[in-house]
Amino acid sequence: MPVEILIIGGGVVGCAVARELSRLDASVTLIDRADDVAEGASKANSGIVHAGFDAKPDSQKARFNVAGSRMFAGYCREVHAPFVRAGALVLAFDAEQRAHLDKLLAQGNNNGVEGLRMLEQAEVLAMEPAVNPAVLCALYAPTSGLTSPYELTCALADHAAVNGVRFQLNTEATRITRDGSGFAVETSRGVIRADVLVNCAGVFSADLHNQISPRRLSIVPRKGEYYLLDHEETPVFSRTLFQTPTKMGKGVLVSPTAHKTMVLGPTAQDTADALDVATTADALAQVREKALLTWPQMSLRTVITTFAGMRAHEVGDDFIVGETEGAPGAYEAVGIESPGLTAAPAIAQALAAQIAAAHSLTPKAAWVPAPQRPKPFADMTDEERQAACERDPAYGSLVCRCEQVTEAEVRAAIRRPVGARNIDAIKRRTRAGMGRCQGGFCSPRVMEILAEELGISPLAVTKFGGESRVVVGTIADAAKGDA
Amino acid sequence: MKSAWTARTVDVLVVGSGPAGLAAAIAAREAGVTNLLVLEREAEMGGILKQCIHNGFGLHRFKEELTGPEYAQRDIDLVEELGIEVRCSATVLSVSAERTVTAISREHGLMRFQAGAVVLAMGCRERPRGALAIPGTRCAGVFSAGTAQKLVNLEGAMPGRRVVILGSGDIGLIMARRMTLQGAKVLACVEIMPYSSGLNRNIVQCLHDYDIPLMLNHTVVDIQGRERLTGVTVAQVDFKRQPIAGTEMHFDCDTLLLSVGLIPENELSRQAGVTMNAVTQGAVVDDALETSVPGVFACGNVLHVHDLVDFVSAESFKAGKAAARFALGGARGGRTVAVLDGEGVRGAVPQRIRLPEAGEAVEAVQLLFRPACVYENATIRVLDGDTELIRQKKRILAPGEMADITLKPDMVQRLSGKDITVQIEAGEGVCAWNS
Repeated sequence: MPVEILIIGGGVVGCAVARELSRLDASVTLIDRADDVAEGASKANSGIVHAGFDAKPDSQKARFNVAGSRMFAGYCREVHAPFVRAGALVLAFDAEQRAHLDKLLAQGNNNGVEGLRMLEQAEVLAMEPAVNPAVLCALYAPTSGLTSPYELTCALADHAAVNGVRFQLNTEATRITRDGSGFAVETSRGVIRADVLVNCAGVFSADLHNQISPRRLSIVPRKGEYYLLDHEETPVFSRTLFQTPTKMGKGVLVSPTAHKTMVLGPTAQDTADALDVATTADALAQVREKALLTWPQMSLRTVITTFAGMRAHEVGDDFIVGETEGAPGAYEAVGIESPGLTAAPAIAQALAAQIAAAHSLTPKAAWVPAPQRPKPFADMTDEERQAACERDPAYGSLVCRCEQVTEAEVRAAIRRPVGARNIDAIKRRTRAGMGRCQGGFCSPRVMEILAEELGISPLAVTKFGGESRVVVGTIADAAKGDA
Repeated sequence: MKSAWTARTVDVLVVGSGPAGLAAAIAAREAGVTNLLVLEREAEMGGILKQCIHNGFGLHRFKEELTGPEYAQRDIDLVEELGIEVRCSATVLSVSAERTVTAISREHGLMRFQAGAVVLAMGCRERPRGALAIPGTRCAGVFSAGTAQKLVNLEGAMPGRRVVILGSGDIGLIMARRMTLQGAKVLACVEIMPYSSGLNRNIVQCLHDYDIPLMLNHTVVDIQGRERLTGVTVAQVDFKRQPIAGTEMHFDCDTLLLSVGLIPENELSRQAGVTMNAVTQGAVVDDALETSVPGVFACGNVLHVHDLVDFVSAESFKAGKAAARFALGGARGGRTVAVLDGEGVRGAVPQRIRLPEAGEAVEAVQLLFRPACVYENATIRVLDGDTELIRQKKRILAPGEMADITLKPDMVQRLSGKDITVQIEAGEGVCAWNS
């Protein structure tokens, strides 16, 4: 009998762990409460691959951040996820902030971050002319990068799936109990038995941990709100711009994304409800106000949307990675907030190594590389577009005007190993609906394609699973009073 | 990279077959262009009119009341009668300043054309929820009004049962009635401005007739519901359009429709290097609807958002005729004067008028614009430099209804060469809500 491993949580950490474990001779299942992977913090964050100067020396955050940062470019190449080494600047506007940057520089050097250096005003403005000219100096981190966190998560899931990991979505773990040497996990879809458990449940990870460990952990969900701006012909900034943390707070970042759009944010509000990712007028006002410090000529003319994500902030303020205290056979990644995206590859590697050693798991004979990702139509040359059309005429049918996504790509997203089953899942995999019209034109067509591919009624198509149905019935039913 | 295939030459290429594209194509053909092509991204011609199954179209042009599809069909029939080549399901990917047009379709693959003249008639799109940054959740049940209209009228799907409408643009008003007739309960139409941006006849026929309250000076300040919408919070706003604390009220609803503005869809125009106007969000054009790029013309809602399709058609006939003249006879040349927005005027189109040569036959030039606010008994003035050319009294002027004033041929003939200004002089009535 192969060792049964159950991963709880399909965020970037859970999917990275799934991919690492898929190298081993074991039977791996991943469950997630949502209708897709990446439905929690992994779909709503800054998308920054942090260089590693920010984490306190000797913390788990520092260890995994620096290790993850070094792995990231190659990692994204392997699974065909976007990565851009854009670099980052931390801006200082007075002597006190400059002193803080000096400390960050020393801390970064101590953490082993490469290439850090201080830039004076003229150099900062030469690099990023739209930065507030009142800037005094900046810490430059050339190794800082950008990724698309949800695309990375989807790519990891696909790679795990083609190597045998089972993805069971819409399955929420509610209670974990010991079952012999293993565990019984009660879920919204019945009990799942496992020899080895990996808790990657994000904002819910402490609750699950506390069910099997004498050590008490506590996650305070911490909401972060953002503005997303459309891509412009000439990008305003080409690097991530942080503000120096002060007594008044951490400031917000202004950054390009891996897709050349721009994010402003995040705020930080502790929230009682881990699922409350509603945006608020106050926090959005804070983002606008704080972003002005970095970008005095800020224009919100091209706002695509605003969104919020939830950080799994553990009160101990560090990652908890490894075997769960007092629960042999259970492993965990708890309190994974920023720089968790950056750290994910390193966390997954460490957990998989520990699990392999403890349970004598050996590498599989055949581990296949990640599925190739065809070049997006939007990035193709005319010649490539012509060739794509000849291969598959559905490339000739544009579905999303704003981001130039074709029917062929929407269908392919549904047919991926961990395929899209709802409109938001299509958006994350193809960018259809991600642009300035926010799906106004393409969503009816995306609904049709989803219905066709999944063999369901268009009326049953959801925005993101559960009760998020787009329409409530047919007009004929409505006229009869049934819709 | 060098292209693997050669471009097909066409005299006039029209991008879009909504009312603007159809009219432009018909006019170009009637002006003698035989090598003419229309590219349409959707499967059928007619543009947004296809989903506008209500009546009220064509009163000016046909002197009768048609539905949207009926109005479109008249032009489609004419296009077919005239044997104009139309490729549907063909999306234009790029237009260059040299008028090279690239398009793609399932049937034809990638296509490249070299056009004598190009008419841009891509229409407009709706401003989405995200652009307004309305706080709250990102649940299902929030639609732009036009998307909901498409779902109901073309897909036969019911977006929801209890509806709040934000914005009183015409599509929102039309959808208030449509949803009501379909059995939904429309609770309110909420408008942040002190006046509706929709046509008065729509306010009467779509809201008043169904007892749907129009809440002016109000907006949606929160959207609730984790998966599907469960409700919205509406608050009154002050004169700066900021919500007033303590005025919040809650509506239980499963649907929020947004009718909060239309944006000309000018990605292709920008690509071609066309100079844009910040107010209309469309191209800067002269009296022949020619943009800053020679041989590239723009008309209809891609140029500026109209209220009535009749005026879209009228404008587009002009553009089609001018494109034909350019393609067959070349550039007009000559000097132009600027048309400027004066006090109370927003987005006057055209923004330039060409000064006629001596002895040239001259046509009248109609200037279209939106009043900046609501005026009673005001006067529209057109100035040539400091000299008044026209003054015309108007009982009511409102941003929701496009205004027009026409320079007769003899006026155009006598233009001095100075900038022209259009302005509104407030009458004895106040300029309402001009804060």
